[in-house]
Amino acid sequence: MNCDEFAELVTAYLDDALDDSSRPLFLDHMARCSGCTGYYGQFTSTITALGELPAPGLSPQTRSHLLTAFREASSEKPE
Amino acid sequence: MSEGVVRLGGVTDFPPDPVIVAGLRSGDEEVFALLLDEWSRGMLRLARSYVSTAASAEEVVQDTWLAVIRAVGTFEGRSSLRTWVYRILVNTARRRGERESRTIPVSSVGGERPDGVPPERAEGGPEGAALAGEVRELIDKAVGTLPSRQRAVITLRDMEGYGSDEVCEILSISPANQRVLLHRARAAVRDHLAAYYDGKGGP
Repeated sequence: MNCDEFAELVTAYLDDALDDSSRPLFLDHMARCSGCTGYYGQFTSTITALGELPAPGLSPQTRSHLLTAFREASSEKPE
Repeated sequence: MSEGVVRLGGVTDFPPDPVIVAGLRSGDEEVFALLLDEWSRGMLRLARSYVSTAASAEEVVQDTWLAVIRAVGTFEGRSSLRTWVYRILVNTARRRGERESRTIPVSSVGGERPDGVPPERAEGGPEGAALAGEVRELIDKAVGTLPSRQRAVITLRDMEGYGSDEVCEILSISPANQRVLLHRARAAVRDHLAAYYDGKGGP
């Protein structure tokens, strides 16, 4: 396995989706190649950082508009 | 409703779908507010994969919830409620994105901040502080340049933490395709961060 092939398989490895023949080759390459070890570290750090991004919510106006819409829809339904 | 919701360390265990659906159908506003507050952030992010501005994403999310209110009586439980809601969102966002691409000149699309999130609405708080502002900006920029299919997958998998099965179902794609899109997206974001990581002497 060369470095390009290694780089293509990182997500499959992380998803535990490598087949039985590729997995040892992937791990063997990482053990021998410091460049790819570094790449792997940056790749997983990137994934961690993506998970820490703050997410803004709905504006208070939209939220209250939706709650009103829900209330009105419920009151129109025959019980 | 309240007895069905357990809050542990900020994580909400929802009651099972049938309980939520029954609550929605009977007009339980507390149930609706809970869903609204738990899912809308992720929905806004996902919508932003398909439309050109944050304001447009907010309208997509609003239209999606209105559609959910109208259609919850027809929910049959073939998927989870969340998947069902997200699929409505994706359809709504795609339609709007296609309309935008026909009517908005390409040059004006890039005018907004790439992530479409005004800094004052991005939240501070513990997570925000944990991630260096510089990294956050680089990631926002990188994610903003991704093609919509890649952006949708990386949003759901890595930002929202959904499993691959659910992502495939929400986006109607095969597991292999999902992995290719996710890998390309991650590699592109990592490339944007490479200079930052190398400057620090490693991740």
